[in-house]
Amino acid sequence: MGRAKEKSGPLARRPDNSAFKQQRLPAWSPMLTANTVLPFFYLLSVVCMLLGVWLLLTVQSTQEKKLNYTKHGDCNLCFEMRQNVSNAGQTCSCKVEFSIDRTFKGDVFFYYGLKNFHQNLRRYMDSRDDEQTVGRIKNLKSPSVYCEPFQTVENEVPIAPCGAVANSMFNDSFTLTYHTAKGRDVPVPLLRKGLTWYTDKNIKFRNPKTDNLTLAQVFEGTRPPPFWQKPVYELDPHDPINNGFINEDLIVWMREAAFPNFKKLYGILNRADAPFTNGLPKGNYSIDISYNFPVQYFHGEKEVVLTTLTWFGGQNHFLPIAYLVTSSLILLMAVVLTVAWWKFGKDGKNMKD
Amino acid sequence: MRTLDITNCGGSGAWLFYLYILYDYSKRDQSLAKLQEPSDHSCNAWIDEKSDVILNEHTEQSKPLRQVNNAIRTSKYNIFTFLPLNLFEQFRRLANAYFLFLLLLQLIPEISSLSWFTTAGPLILVLSMTAVKDAKSLAHVFYCNATIFSTSTELVAFNQTAHRGYVSQADLLLLSSSEPLNLVYVETAELDGISSGPDTKLMQNSGKTKFKRTSIDHLMNVLVLCIFGFLFALCFILAIGNAIWEVKEGSVFTAFLPRDAGVNAALSSFLSFWSYVIVLNALVPISLYVSVEIIRLGNSYFINWDRKMYYAKNDTPAQARTTTLNEELGQIKYIFSDKTGTLTQNIMAFNKCSINGKNYGRQFKSKNHSDTRKTQKVDFSWNKLADPKFTFHDYSLLEDVREGNPEAQDFFRLLALCHTVMPEEKKEGELNYQAQSPDEGALVTAARNFGFVFRSRTPESITIMEMGQKVTYELLAVLDFNNVRKRMSVIVRSPDGKMTLYCKGADTIIYERLDRSCKKLMNVTTGHLNEYAGDGLRTLVLAYKHLDEKFMDEWTQRHHEASTAMEGREERLDELYEEIEKDMILLGATAVEDKLQDGVPQTIEQLARADIKIWVLTGDKQETAENIGYSCNMLREEMKEVFIVTPCIISVKLYGPFLFFPLQAFALEKDLELELLRTACMCQTVICCRVTPLQKAQVVELVKKYKQAITLAIGDGANDVSMIKAAHIGVGISGQEGMQAVLSSDFSFAQFRYLQRLLLVHGRWSYLRMCKFLQYFFYKNFTFTFVHFWYAFFCGFSAQTVYDEWFITLYNLVYTSLPILSLSLFDQDVNDRWSFQYPQLYAPGQLNMYFSKKAFVRCMMHSCYSSLVLFFIPWAAMRDTVRDDGRDLADYQSFALLAQTCLLIVVSAQLCFDTYYWTTVNQFFVWGSLAAYFAITFTMYSSGMFLIFTSVFPFIGTVRNSLNQPNVWLTIFLASLLCVLPVVAVQGPFCIDSVVTHLAKRVPTNQCKVLRVSTRRSGYAFSHSQGYGALVTSERFLFKRPLKSLVRRDSQSQIQEKENFTRGGVSWTDMG
Repeated sequence: MGRAKEKSGPLARRPDNSAFKQQRLPAWSPMLTANTVLPFFYLLSVVCMLLGVWLLLTVQSTQEKKLNYTKHGDCNLCFEMRQNVSNAGQTCSCKVEFSIDRTFKGDVFFYYGLKNFHQNLRRYMDSRDDEQTVGRIKNLKSPSVYCEPFQTVENEVPIAPCGAVANSMFNDSFTLTYHTAKGRDVPVPLLRKGLTWYTDKNIKFRNPKTDNLTLAQVFEGTRPPPFWQKPVYELDPHDPINNGFINEDLIVWMREAAFPNFKKLYGILNRADAPFTNGLPKGNYSIDISYNFPVQYFHGEKEVVLTTLTWFGGQNHFLPIAYLVTSSLILLMAVVLTVAWWKFGKDGKNMKD
Repeated sequence: MRTLDITNCGGSGAWLFYLYILYDYSKRDQSLAKLQEPSDHSCNAWIDEKSDVILNEHTEQSKPLRQVNNAIRTSKYNIFTFLPLNLFEQFRRLANAYFLFLLLLQLIPEISSLSWFTTAGPLILVLSMTAVKDAKSLAHVFYCNATIFSTSTELVAFNQTAHRGYVSQADLLLLSSSEPLNLVYVETAELDGISSGPDTKLMQNSGKTKFKRTSIDHLMNVLVLCIFGFLFALCFILAIGNAIWEVKEGSVFTAFLPRDAGVNAALSSFLSFWSYVIVLNALVPISLYVSVEIIRLGNSYFINWDRKMYYAKNDTPAQARTTTLNEELGQIKYIFSDKTGTLTQNIMAFNKCSINGKNYGRQFKSKNHSDTRKTQKVDFSWNKLADPKFTFHDYSLLEDVREGNPEAQDFFRLLALCHTVMPEEKKEGELNYQAQSPDEGALVTAARNFGFVFRSRTPESITIMEMGQKVTYELLAVLDFNNVRKRMSVIVRSPDGKMTLYCKGADTIIYERLDRSCKKLMNVTTGHLNEYAGDGLRTLVLAYKHLDEKFMDEWTQRHHEASTAMEGREERLDELYEEIEKDMILLGATAVEDKLQDGVPQTIEQLARADIKIWVLTGDKQETAENIGYSCNMLREEMKEVFIVTPCIISVKLYGPFLFFPLQAFALEKDLELELLRTACMCQTVICCRVTPLQKAQVVELVKKYKQAITLAIGDGANDVSMIKAAHIGVGISGQEGMQAVLSSDFSFAQFRYLQRLLLVHGRWSYLRMCKFLQYFFYKNFTFTFVHFWYAFFCGFSAQTVYDEWFITLYNLVYTSLPILSLSLFDQDVNDRWSFQYPQLYAPGQLNMYFSKKAFVRCMMHSCYSSLVLFFIPWAAMRDTVRDDGRDLADYQSFALLAQTCLLIVVSAQLCFDTYYWTTVNQFFVWGSLAAYFAITFTMYSSGMFLIFTSVFPFIGTVRNSLNQPNVWLTIFLASLLCVLPVVAVQGPFCIDSVVTHLAKRVPTNQCKVLRVSTRRSGYAFSHSQGYGALVTSERFLFKRPLKSLVRRDSQSQIQEKENFTRGGVSWTDMG
């Protein structure tokens, strides 16, 4: 194999005496023994325990309110109405009332949630054109075939934004009202900005270059997705900058959820003015819902979630509990191993068995 | 005279040889031998040898009569056909074809669940790597051919009297010889007989070569098939899941995701089946075969590089000629060894002798150390004709000879006269002996050094120098050796007219024929013989008898009649010999050492401790084999009983622990096979004697067939080739007996003792490494794939992958390949010293303990557990969580990143626990791979990459938005902890390979030296074949004009041919 090195002399073919070739590379051979493993187990158990307790306390400090409004109260009427496709054009609104017992301190986040909506189907996820939403004119006019069956409408008119993901965008809207103890209704101000990842808002989603044209002119020659009531450049009537592909609700929706049950950020409490400077005060609230999104097709449910956050995120009890369980499992394992070691293996004479 | 130099005729790429010899007598030339340069420079290895030499005296147009194309080729490809043929060959491999199929599947948009590059990338890499490897080995074949076939050949041709139109078929036409007396020695090992083209030995042998595969290979093939079955079962489950989902959920989701035209639930389920075949394809990893080959290649190089298997004396390093069998070296259960040249050096040394009751030679046990004359090396410089290589360690013998001790002088006179050795003296004083057996050579050389130099012989005389004086003896008769007589004698007449019979032979035979007056001397000599036998020396007893003229005249007359008789010649001669070889006077005994190779007894002892059974298969007769058995410690004193299977009877006497098969003419018949094997396996030691090369292979096949054990055959000569090829692993000793054994072997080295290093160190490591590799490889791929299976339940069985496509592409190729490769190249559970110290560490390999179907199932369970942790921990932790600023964290891309990071960290941690031997390379690759993962992921998820290749890298920003979250890292930590802890708990304090732990507490000590105490009487020192008596007394070899002789022999031909051969006046050394 290979060419022998051109050496001469009586030992021409003698292999080199290098540590590598003679398999004598210096090496570290750690050995797992009871003396090293058992203390490590106990230490790990303690670490997990502390982590678990700390996380549990952190999670406990958050507050959360979930409201399933699919058929809640008068929303049931809307639910019934949405069952009939022919009513898709009609608006329907309903109101959900609730109260909170303790003040939601700090920043409060308003989410809408969907259940059993599969944003993670392969064909669904593929049905989008990132080159279009990043603002390439070429793709605006002729979207990728991946957008099928929402690539074009009749007569080859391109859809913008194309694809099944954009087409199915969630389109309920919410108005949160605080009913003070004195009976006054105060609208809760929600910031509808800063809902997206920085990279999504600034890099992944961009409007096509306008060159002094208005957004409407840029999108001329395209159609909105079939399910949309409004074109993409009129998504946000209140803020002209928040339109087109960089509309935050669109961006939030376009970040497909990994699982069929998910929640997406709708707004953040604006704490600029009283009585919301400290958060959401306790008391009665109502949400006026413009009920547009049909869920009965996929046996789904809709909800709104109000929550406060910590450094650890929202109110998810899984990790703290998992750490506590792991800690006790490790401890149990360590004790069993210690006993076994004490009884059988301590002096090494039973190792053979 | 013309030298044919066949050289590499194409520079870079042409290896086309025509060796085309034409004897052209038309021009009345002496001869004409022509080498035609090839006109066609193609890249094949060809030999075109014209085996028919046509002697045609008067044809004007000297053209060969017929031109049958007998070109042979030893390689599969040439330069043009390489690419298509190689690709074709590669796609015939199941795994590669499967991946091509996958690639085609991915081109169907309805099915494609992954981009084409996820499969195409690895496939192209694998194909090109294999192609490069094939190209390299092809170049090597060319190189070898060029080396072998370009040896120069010297052709000597003389004018001769072939009659017109005489056609002879021969490889070799002996016309005359340059040697005195027209002697020619022909080494037949490389001779091709009446064969040509595809019938040549080269092609016949290579034709018979089966492609050897290791048991791990077979297991791997079975497992791959199982995995295929498993894969399709998984896909089937998921397809059914998809059908159910489509009916229950998908049908109502069509508002948001309309189905493609014509697709219903059934079709969708069918499509999703194939989509999942693509997604789960990592179960059948394409890189498996390539990695396995790389590992084997690496471990083969370590064998080539091992200095402890390098033999400095003839500059021979060990060589792994087959690079695909390494791990099997760690599983050997049976070793079949040749004797001559393998266990022994095939060098005989005159070691001791007993003359007239006096014992000469080095005495190890002598208590009288002051007697340095007994231990000093004797200086033979006084004798100008002495052989400088000869050594002897007792001055007293030389002194006795020089002082004129008559018995001592007679002793050496006998050795100088009674033999069939041919002398060769090219220059005055430079004697060279051609002996039929090395024993004879050793004895004549001893006589030469002690002043009785055998100079020359004619059919009627022998000339020797007796202490410097030239004496010519008249040779009256040679009473040749054969197997029944077990002795040989010569009758000579000295210049002063005295007639003497000199006889040497086996002790038992000679003792029966001694004069009664020798009784006392016999007793003393017997004592010496016993001592020699105890040292494992081969002995001969020497005796002489003076004859009177009258008796001799009458005997010669009768001898002449008998030797010319037409009927019963042999019997009559035997009677005559019996008559004259009696009442002889005992002279003494010689002890010749059949020198074992260095370290043979220790190696055998060591291998036996590793529970490897060693069978010696030899063509020698029983006594010789037995003798070697004792000297190399296979047979010991306590094994008193011998269990002998006689040729035709199978009703064997069952005595004891070892076994001899005199397999002469013992065709292993079907019904006896099993019986034989059963018996043999009950014995501690098995020595098969009188076996032909074919029977050697039969014995190996027998064990392979019924014992299901891995076998290794080791030998050095052409007669071992069949056995080397038959065994799972063939080892060739690159000794003096030609290259045949080495060329057909899988591993070769220069000394038998290297076998223990090859098996106990390299074999053990290779096996361990291969098993670790396979276990880890399956683990990481199964874990990777099973996560997809769990995710299917959440994504509507839509064949959505959990990981980023790029991660899927690079996982096997980049992120996890190098750490496991470095582990499988460098790992050592114990170092080589311990492997030697505790040969029992070899046992797990023999028992197939490290990787078997059971281990595979265990590995799958482990993967299943890991994948559950790796999917459900991130799922539970992420499903309802947001970032600390309220933004998305449970989106698909963040989850994919989290899942793949968890996976990579867990499989890396698993690798760390599997590594015993952390070299810098291991560290570098483990940490390097993790670093590479993060670096590559950062790059691919960066804004720049997205803006350049927008549709290829949609994961923009996922790393920086997800990996800066504490709960992501806490999830990774928890998942890793839960995957790794059970491994530590199981592997940890109690269940580490118990032997290793146990041994770790001990300090290796030097092994006790093997002592051999034996009082067995050895056999006698004669080759087992008929002697040369007829030849040396034959008048024929003196003919000035040589006879046309027909030389043909193939490696397994038998004695008749030999007789033809010798009668033709050519002596031939059978090196088998």
